Amino acid sequence: MYPAASMERNSSATDATHAQTEQTLRSLMLAGLDGDAASYRRFLQQLGTRLRSFYRRRLSAWPDDVEDLVQDTLLAVHNQRHTYRHDQPVTAWVHAIARYKTIDLLRARQGREARHDVLDDDDTALFDTTENNAAEARRDLWQLLATLPDRQRLPIEQVKLEGRSVADVASETGMSESAVKIGIHRGLKALAARIASTSRPRTKASS
Amino acid sequence: MKTDELIHLLAADTLPVKRHVAARRLAIGMLFALPVSMLLMLTVLGLNPALGRYATVPMFWVKFGVPCLMAVAALPLVARLGRPGADTRIAWTAWVLPVGFLWALGLLVLLQAPAGEAGALMLSRTWRVCAENIAVLSLPMFLAAIWALKSLAPVRPALAGAGAGALGGASGAAVYALHCPELAAPFIAIWYVLGMALPVAAGAVMGPRLLRW
Repeated sequence: MYPAASMERNSSATDATHAQTEQTLRSLMLAGLDGDAASYRRFLQQLGTRLRSFYRRRLSAWPDDVEDLVQDTLLAVHNQRHTYRHDQPVTAWVHAIARYKTIDLLRARQGREARHDVLDDDDTALFDTTENNAAEARRDLWQLLATLPDRQRLPIEQVKLEGRSVADVASETGMSESAVKIGIHRGLKALAARIASTSRPRTKASS
Repeated sequence: MKTDELIHLLAADTLPVKRHVAARRLAIGMLFALPVSMLLMLTVLGLNPALGRYATVPMFWVKFGVPCLMAVAALPLVARLGRPGADTRIAWTAWVLPVGFLWALGLLVLLQAPAGEAGALMLSRTWRVCAENIAVLSLPMFLAAIWALKSLAPVRPALAGAGAGALGGASGAAVYALHCPELAAPFIAIWYVLGMALPVAAGAVMGPRLLRW
C-alpha cells in the first residue's frame, strides 16, 4: 500500500540493512508513541544521525545548513507524529518529510540568493573534522525560544536547561504538571511555526 | 541549541498523541462549511422551485449524485494528502473517475441529438454563470479542507491544495445542483466539470502559500 522509500533494486545485502533499519526505527517509534520516553529519545537520536548524512549528501553546496535542517526535521517529525500510521514504513514517512524540508530550503535559498550571492570567505570548512558529529546549528533555537510567551518558554527552558523532570519544573515554577506539559507541547509547535516564518521564501518581494 | 539538547527537549513532550486528527477536522469543517455553502445558495441564488418534480428525473440525480459521490471520494484524498509518504494515486483516480462518466454520458447524448440542437444542449441558458457559481459555493468547503490540512503534514503543498479544491469543488457542485435548472447531460459534462476544476486549479496555485509548515 505504501511504497517504501528504501525499496530500490539494490543488492540483497542493502535491502537487508534497510529492512533492519526500518525494523529498529519502527519498534523504537511505536514504543515512543506508546509513551516510552527513553525509546523515543533513542528513535530521535538514530534518526538525527541518519538525517545528518542524508542532508550532507544532498546539500553539499550548503554544509552550514545541514544541522539547521536536521533540527528542523526532528522538530517536524515530533510535531507531526500524529500523521504517522502504524501500518506504514517509518522510513517512508520520514523520507517524505525530509524531502519536503529539502525542497523548502532550496526554495528559500533561491529567493535569497537571487538578490545577493552568498560568498562565504571564512574557510572554516577546511577545519571541519567532526564529520560524523552533530555540528552546532547556525540558527540558534534559543533565540527563537526567547520570543515565545512565558508559559511556553519557561517549562521548555527548565526542562531543557538542567534536564529536570516535569514534576520538578512544576513545583519550581508554581505551574501545575499538566500546565507544564501543555506549555512544552504548544511551545514546540510554536517553535516550528517560528522557524517556518523566519525562513519564508522572499521571491515575491525581490523579483 | 545542540541537536542532542533538542532531542532531549522533544522527548520531554509526553502528551499523548492525538488520534484521527484528519477525520475529526474534516468532520468539524464539513459541519460548518456545508451549511454556509447551502445558505449562500439559498439566499443569493434560491432553491430551484421545480426541485420536487426533479425527484423522478434521472438526470437530476446524475447532476446531484455525481458531485456528492466525488465529495465523498475527496475526503480520504485530503486525509492522505496530509500524511507524508501516503500514496494518493488511487484516491485521485476515485475522484476523477466520475468525471469520465459525466463526459461519456454527455457525449452519448450529443451523438444522439438531432443536428442543430448540440449548441443548445451544451450551452443552454445558464452556461455563463454555472462554473462561476460552483466555484463560489465551493469556497467554504475548500477552506475547511485547508484548515484540516494545516493540522497535518502535506509534503506536496500544491497537490494538497488541489485536493482541497477537489473536495470544495465537488461540494460546491452538489449544492449548486439544488438551484441549477439545467438537465442536459452535455451541459453538466462541460460546465459542472469546469466549475469543479476551477477550485482544483486555484488550490494548486495557493497550496504552497497556504500550507507551509
